[in-house]
Amino acid sequence: MSIATVALVSIGAHPASGRARRAEQDARAVELGLELAGDNLHVLHAGNPHEPALRAYLGMGLDELHVLEQPDGADVVPVLRDYIREAGVQLVLTGSQAETGEGSGMLPYLLAEQLGWPLLVGVAQIESIHSGVAQVLQALPRGQRRRLQVRLPFVITVDNAAPKARQSAYGPATRGLINADVVEVTVDELSTTGVLQPAKPRPKRLKVIKAKSAADRMKAATAKAAGGSGQVLKGVSAEEGAQAILKLLIEEGVVR
Amino acid sequence: MLTIVLPILLFAALVLALIGAIRRMNMWRRGRPAKVDLLGGLLAMPKRYMVDLHHVVARDKYMANTHVATAGGFVLAAVLAILVHGLGLHNRILGYALLFATALMFVGALFVFKRRLNPPSRLSKGPWMRLPKSLLAFSVSFFILTLPVAGLLPEGFGGWVLAAILAVGVLWGVSELFFGMTWGGPMNHAFAGALHLAWHRRAERFGGGRSTGLKPLDLNDRAAPLGVEKPEDFTWNQLLGFDACVQCGKCEAACPAFAAGQPLNPKKLIQDMVVGLAGGTDAHFAGSPYPGKPIGEHGGNPHQPIVNGLVDADTLWSCTTCRACVEECPMMIEHVDAIVDMRRFLTLEKGATPNNGAQVLDNLIATDNPGGFAPGGRMNWAADLNLDLMRDKPSVDVLFWVGDGAFDMRNQRTLRAFVKVLKAARINFAVLGLEERDSGDVARRLGDEATFQALATRNIQTLAQYRFTRIVTCDPHSFHVLKNEYGAFGGDYLVQHHSTYMAELIDAGLLNLAADTGGSVTYHDPCYLGRYNGEYEAPRAVLRALGIEVKEMQRSGFRSRCCGGGGGAPITDIPGKQRIPDMRMDDIRETGAERVAVGCPQCTVMLEGVVEPRPLIKDIAELVAEALIEDAPSTRSTRREAPEVIA
Repeated sequence: MSIATVALVSIGAHPASGRARRAEQDARAVELGLELAGDNLHVLHAGNPHEPALRAYLGMGLDELHVLEQPDGADVVPVLRDYIREAGVQLVLTGSQAETGEGSGMLPYLLAEQLGWPLLVGVAQIESIHSGVAQVLQALPRGQRRRLQVRLPFVITVDNAAPKARQSAYGPATRGLINADVVEVTVDELSTTGVLQPAKPRPKRLKVIKAKSAADRMKAATAKAAGGSGQVLKGVSAEEGAQAILKLLIEEGVVR
Repeated sequence: MLTIVLPILLFAALVLALIGAIRRMNMWRRGRPAKVDLLGGLLAMPKRYMVDLHHVVARDKYMANTHVATAGGFVLAAVLAILVHGLGLHNRILGYALLFATALMFVGALFVFKRRLNPPSRLSKGPWMRLPKSLLAFSVSFFILTLPVAGLLPEGFGGWVLAAILAVGVLWGVSELFFGMTWGGPMNHAFAGALHLAWHRRAERFGGGRSTGLKPLDLNDRAAPLGVEKPEDFTWNQLLGFDACVQCGKCEAACPAFAAGQPLNPKKLIQDMVVGLAGGTDAHFAGSPYPGKPIGEHGGNPHQPIVNGLVDADTLWSCTTCRACVEECPMMIEHVDAIVDMRRFLTLEKGATPNNGAQVLDNLIATDNPGGFAPGGRMNWAADLNLDLMRDKPSVDVLFWVGDGAFDMRNQRTLRAFVKVLKAARINFAVLGLEERDSGDVARRLGDEATFQALATRNIQTLAQYRFTRIVTCDPHSFHVLKNEYGAFGGDYLVQHHSTYMAELIDAGLLNLAADTGGSVTYHDPCYLGRYNGEYEAPRAVLRALGIEVKEMQRSGFRSRCCGGGGGAPITDIPGKQRIPDMRMDDIRETGAERVAVGCPQCTVMLEGVVEPRPLIKDIAELVAEALIEDAPSTRSTRREAPEVIA
C-alpha cells in the first residue's frame, strides 16, 4: 500500500513567546502521515527554505523536506496546487490553520477547490485505505467521532483531535536535507494591499447555567447540538437527493 | 613432588592471567578514544588507591580493615610466593615474611567469611560467596607450604596426602586470585580497579578535588555520536570504570530511586554495562534486580543498542542524578555520567524523552523556561520591589541570578525573602531581568545537550556584557551549572549559593538578626549544593546564627537523600512503589523537627508536595528574612537619595 502522501507544513509561532517553531497542527499532520506512510511521506513547505524552525519537522525523523521557495506575502495556493498535480499526489495532509501569516484557515479549502478534490476537516484518524477508498474518523465537538468513506485523492486537515506529534530530535533535525525549488511567485493581492489592524476581542456572551444538578450539567455538556429547521427527504432516488442538496448549497451560496 | 608442581602451577596461572589481561584490555579498547595521561595516571595510581579510595572505603571501618588485611596480605603473599615457591628461593627470612603475609591474609579472609555468613541484601551473592573460601584456601595452603621453608616443619612433612591436598588448595587459590583476576571473576575488581584509578575520566577527583560538571558533547563534530547508543560508544576508560565494580551495593543502598521501587539499581546498571562490554546476558547477575524487572531477560554485546536490549529506557529515566551512588562508590565509578550519556542518545537521536520531557524541552527552546510561560512575565514576582536591572546598572557587586523559581508562586516567596535580606545588608546588587534564561540544567539532565548549549552560550553572551564581582543564586541547580558547567563554553564566574553568601554577610556583621523562635528545625541538604559542590557548612552556619540547633537527620551531609526533584525526574515521572519525597519526609519526621530548612526550589516543591500533616518547609532565605531586625524607615530613605556617593 503505497499512496503518494504529502504533508503541508508551515512555520508556527509559540503562543507565549511568539518565537518560530513547528506549527502544532501541521506537526500533527506530519505525525498522521508518518503513521500512514512511514518513510514514504513527503513533507512540503512553501516559503523561506532558510527558516531554522523548519528543521523541527525534520527532527521527527524525516530524511528530507521539500520547500517551494516563496517570499513573504506570496499566494502559495497556485504553487502548491501545481506541485501536487504534477507530483501525482493522492493524499494531502495539513493543519487546520496556520499560526503565522494570515492564519485564515482558508488554504485547505482553496487548495481542495482548485484541485477539485474532496476536503475532510478535523480528522482524528485514518483507519484504513483499501483499493482507493479510505475509511476516516472525523472529530466532532464533545468527543464525538464520525466515520467517513472517501475515495482518493483527497485533502485532510487535522486539529487537536489528531494524535500528538512525536518529539523532534536534534540529531535527525541537523542531518535532514532541505531541498529548495525555485518556483513562480504569485503576489497575494489581498494580503499585500490590505491594511492590517489588530483584532478587537469580541465581548463574551454570559453563560447562564440553568442546570440544577450535576446530572443536568453533564447532560448539557455532552448533548448533541440540537439541529435547527431542516428537511428530511425519505424514499427519494440518489439523483433527487443530490439535486435537493445542490439546490440548498446554491441557496446558501456555498456553491457558486 | 611439590617442588616441581608448585612452580608449574604458579607460572601457568600467571601466564593465563597475562592472557586474560590482554583479552580484557581489548574489550575496554572497543570504547571510543579518551584523552588520558596514561603514564602519569599509572604513576599516580598507588597514591590514589592508598589515599583517595581508602578515604571512601574507610567510612565503613569493618570493611576497610578487612580489606587492608586481605588485600595487603595477598599482594605481599603473592610476590613472596612467586619468589619462594615459584623460583625456589628457599630463604628462611623470606619464609617467615611469607608466613606473616599469609597469616595476615588469613585473618582478613576470616572477616570476609564472617560478613558473608549473613550478607546484607546490597551485596551480590553468586561467585562472590566463593571468594572468602578461595582466599582462605590460598592463605592456608601457602602458609602450610611455607612452614618447612621457615624451618618450622621438616621437609616432606605429612607425606603425599598432605602434598596432594596442598596442591589442590594452591590450584584453587591461584585460579581465583591470579587468573580469575583477569578472566572476569570476582577478583577482576583488583585488576580493572587499579587501572580505572590510573585512567579515571575525572582525575580531578583525586587529591581531595571535586569534579561534578557533566562533560560537553562536541556538537560541531558531525562524526561523533550524540550520546551513547551501544556499549562501544562509551569512552574506553568509562568501560574500564564499569569493569572495576566490586558489586558492594553501596550505591544500591543509597539510591533513592531504588528505595522508591523505581526500576533502577545503580549496581545492576553498571553490571549490565559490563555484560554489554563482554557480551552475554544478565542471567549470572547475583544481586538485587531492578525493582519490578526479573533477571535473565536482558542481554547484549558491545555492538548492539543498549536500550531495549541490555537495559530498559525507564531504568535510565528513573535517575534523579543525585550522585549518591557516585559519592558512595568505593571504586569511584561515575554512574551519573553513564546515565546522562545514554539519555543523550535517547533524546538527541530518538526523540524519546518520556512523559512531559518533550514538552519541557520544547518550552525551553521556545520560551527559555521549562513551564512554557511567556518570557515577559519573568520579573512579575518583583513588580513592586524596584530591583535594579543589570542593563541600567552595568557594574555591581552581586548579580542575583533569579532562576526559573521566578515563575513559581511558592518560590517567589523565597526570592522575595532573599531580596529583603540583600536590601537589609545594603548590597549593591542587580538582576538580569528579562535577559535571564533558564540555566539549561534540566535540558542537560534530560539529555538535550543541544538545548543546554544554546541556553548556556546565550546566557554567557548576556553575562559578558556586564561587570559584577559574583553571581548569587537561590537555586543550587543554576549554581552548579553556572559554576561548574559554563566554564567549558567560556563562562567563568565566581558563583555562590545564597546560603554561602548569607553566611558571609552574617560573618561580616551586615545583618542584624534576632533569634529564631519558630520551633525546632532540621536541614535537608540539596544534592546539587552538597554532593555536587561540597557546601554542607554554610547553611548550617546561617541556621546557627539564627540561634537554631539543627536536628540532623540520619541521612544528612554527603549522605543526604534526594528529594526526588533532580535530573528531570519529576518530568519523566517513572512510576515506583512510593514517592521519593515521601521517603525523605519520613526521614524529616524521624527527627521530630517542626520545620525543615531547605535551600533549593526543587526540594521546596517536592517536599511541599507531601500531604499534610507534615513539618513546614522553609527556605533558608525565608528563615533569615523573618529574623531580620530592620532599620527604621527614615535611614532607608536617606540612603536612597545618595546612591552616587556609594558608587
